Amino acid sequence: MKFIPNSDRKNEMLKKIGLKNINDLFSDIPNNVTIDDLKLPLGLTQQETEKKLREIASKNKSYQDKLCFLGGGIKPHYIPAAVKAITSRAEFFTAYTPYQSEASQGFLQAMFEYQSIIAELTGMDVANCSLYDGVTALSEAALMCTRITKKTGFIIPHNISWEKKCVLKNYGKGPGLKIKEISYDKETGKVDLDDLKQALDDNTGGVYVENPNFFGVFEDDIKEICELVKNSDALFVVGADPISLGICKSPGEYDADIVIGEGRALGNPMDFGGSSLGVFACKKEHLRQMPGRIIGLTRDADGKKAFCMALQTREQHIRRGKATSNICTNEGLCALAATVYMSWLGGNGLQNLSRVNFEKGNKLRKSIENIDGFGRRFSGAHFNEFVVKTTKDIDKINKGLLKRDINGGFVLKKQYPELRDCMLCGITEVHTDEDIERYITALKEVC
Amino acid sequence: MYRSAVYNEPLLNELYSSKKSKFKAIDDLPKSLKRTKNIEIPDLDETMVIRHFHHLSQMNYGIDTGMYPLGSCTMKYNPKICEEIASWEKFSGTHPYQDGSSVQGNLEIMFELEHMLCEITGMDYFCLQPAAGAHGEFLGLLLARAYHESNGDTNRDEVIIPDTAHGTNPASASMAGYKLIEIPSTKNGTVDLDALEKVLSEKTAVFMLTNPNTLGIFESDILKISKMVHKAGALLYYDGANMNAIMGKVRPGDMGFDIVHLNLHKTFSTPHGGGGPGSGPVGVKIKLEKFLPVPRIGRTHNGIYVLDYDASDSIGKIKSYFGNFSVLLKAYIYIIMMGRDGLKGASEIAVLNSNYMKKKLVDTGKYEMPFCDLRKHEFVISCEKLKQEKDIRAMDIVKRLLDYGFHPPTVYFPLIVKEPLMIEPTETESKEYLDEYVNALISIADEKPDVIKNSPVNTPVKRVDEVGATKNLVLNWKMI
Repeated sequence: MKFIPNSDRKNEMLKKIGLKNINDLFSDIPNNVTIDDLKLPLGLTQQETEKKLREIASKNKSYQDKLCFLGGGIKPHYIPAAVKAITSRAEFFTAYTPYQSEASQGFLQAMFEYQSIIAELTGMDVANCSLYDGVTALSEAALMCTRITKKTGFIIPHNISWEKKCVLKNYGKGPGLKIKEISYDKETGKVDLDDLKQALDDNTGGVYVENPNFFGVFEDDIKEICELVKNSDALFVVGADPISLGICKSPGEYDADIVIGEGRALGNPMDFGGSSLGVFACKKEHLRQMPGRIIGLTRDADGKKAFCMALQTREQHIRRGKATSNICTNEGLCALAATVYMSWLGGNGLQNLSRVNFEKGNKLRKSIENIDGFGRRFSGAHFNEFVVKTTKDIDKINKGLLKRDINGGFVLKKQYPELRDCMLCGITEVHTDEDIERYITALKEVC
Repeated sequence: MYRSAVYNEPLLNELYSSKKSKFKAIDDLPKSLKRTKNIEIPDLDETMVIRHFHHLSQMNYGIDTGMYPLGSCTMKYNPKICEEIASWEKFSGTHPYQDGSSVQGNLEIMFELEHMLCEITGMDYFCLQPAAGAHGEFLGLLLARAYHESNGDTNRDEVIIPDTAHGTNPASASMAGYKLIEIPSTKNGTVDLDALEKVLSEKTAVFMLTNPNTLGIFESDILKISKMVHKAGALLYYDGANMNAIMGKVRPGDMGFDIVHLNLHKTFSTPHGGGGPGSGPVGVKIKLEKFLPVPRIGRTHNGIYVLDYDASDSIGKIKSYFGNFSVLLKAYIYIIMMGRDGLKGASEIAVLNSNYMKKKLVDTGKYEMPFCDLRKHEFVISCEKLKQEKDIRAMDIVKRLLDYGFHPPTVYFPLIVKEPLMIEPTETESKEYLDEYVNALISIADEKPDVIKNSPVNTPVKRVDEVGATKNLVLNWKMI
């Protein structure tokens, strides 16, 4: 049988155990609940499987089949071949969590390098070696703030994704997190400072701001925001898009305490939204409250450089009910992809990539602004996403675009009823000038 | 015999980096956010990048390297075809907010996978969103909370676990805001029904159980347990880490479990990726359905798959988008390729391999076997005798196994066994591998204590100072 080498040797092995029938191995299961067979089809050969999957795959359109200008925190990025060449090394991807460090030095060193790269990008002292995604990373950051400050209030702005708010609400149920949502400035799309001032109180343990925010807009009042937060003895949590950090100050430079983010864009495909990579970094003083695995550099018995998991006493397999988080399995391979990607790109490469994303964002936005009935919704400077406002029927536009093999902007009306005439567009280095032209022409045609 | 390559591989930032061009700030960026300094990440040639990581890969042990019998981790072989298909651009190049009409293939896979997991576990509905087993546990407990609250049952703030539970169980319960009550096991290593009866009350929200448990023992009293838990008004939770023991034999749903999580990266053969990504889908009985996260995946009468966000009692979301889709896809491929015959065969041989190894090991008298005889897919032996006789600890033995070219089993778990080794061979190992592994363990038991204590010697580094790593924290290259 496939992948089961001992199928034909049952009797020989059963004899050794002193049993006759394979069912004797299951005699401890109560008779009245055992089943004879699952109601599933019989197995397929590999060839049949591949054929079936080709048929299913043909019902999908990738960003290569249909131009994709969707925003919403996830966009296609170019992945150099070197990334897959390394992540498909079976020594890496068929390994478990590196509990046995002597047999896992390769992965451990790569994760140490990942932590170094994330610390450098975010300007934080320390990073862990991944959480599930940017969304749960925010939730973990909020819980960490309550553990550190012993205060249960947590402030989030309205201009973050609906998914983040929804997941945060669920993570907050355990410690009774009191989440306050502050509004954004209707003109600029940035956090409303007056609203933040009002929301801050003695029970505020942490404040979250995203830069660039969900609307793609840069929060350039970041210094003022930080001061307000610090004056309230709260922790400052910043969400960052790693690609933007090539041209933007690291959050560490404006005194963030914890930095989280979605790291998928660093060498991982969109994968319909998952796999994902939760980036998590913080100041050293908060280290012991950090969730997730952390790799440390140490020595072996001969004094030689060696790596292993550090600070394991924070974790569930040791601390059980008192752990900083329940996380066990993380996103190791996605973190490895990010490490290879960043090594391939280098610091200079990231700066260039970041610049290209910023400039393409501006170019597309300006092109759309030139179409009759279209304009930008927010005035602030933005990265590679931005909100388009239109006087035309958005649903009709998107239907027309789909017919022309284009996924237009992400329609915001469900999550932001006040933006019912808006869509969130995204663009990256994968989009060529011809792609932009096609999009613009199509937008004109469908109106 | 496997031998790791040994490199004294420099860190990335120690490799030759081309000269940096001076950082050019961007004019139209707001001043307060403009980066002004270089990013200190080396600029390397592709050759050097590849060689660096290639060297690192050669100092890492994976399931493709050899047997990897980590107990409760189900390190089975990961079929190559699953990897190949998951990397097709038709799947990997899709955006989660694309119009439904252009991702019918993805939705079909998720819809079908939910249904197949329902059949395998005997549950009514599944949610594919959680990214890992512990994430699934957390979701399961949130669902239990929503269920009790909707019944006006707001005083249920306790979660009961046996002392053999995985560490994630108590951690998830705490995270979901529950008080923990741990009950001791019987001398047979199973749930103590009297102890359970004593702690069950109108305050109990959930009893979390792994079956077979972490000793590899099937909880034969499961139907009684289920009756007791439900009589107290509580819910019964199934930790699916050990599902590989019972596929096609018995189903958690039929045993009375209300909530189940599975680990697709264990039972359904998706690779563990050196730590992840994983996937921990959660299955529930119909009474909990309305609380499941959104979106739900539906199929219209004319066969169109749709995402449904309209569910007023739903707890909302637990992860971005739809979960780790690439992992779901690999598990789907694995299940249709195995079929009902293959899945049942997998569990049968996983249990056979485990009992075969156990018998051979215990017969030597060098290792002890606490508790009763029959095991499921994994078993726990104790090295206590070696500790008493030679001052050899379980940790020493597993390190010595590395010298024999094998990955060690899980060690020091479960907590109720002295000096435990928890061995789960899985169905994908041949008898020859099992024999060699057993022989290695037997041979180690006869070795001189100092040889064992000074192991490993055949690995890229010798015994790693883990205490030192926490004492003198160096967590990135800036801290060196």
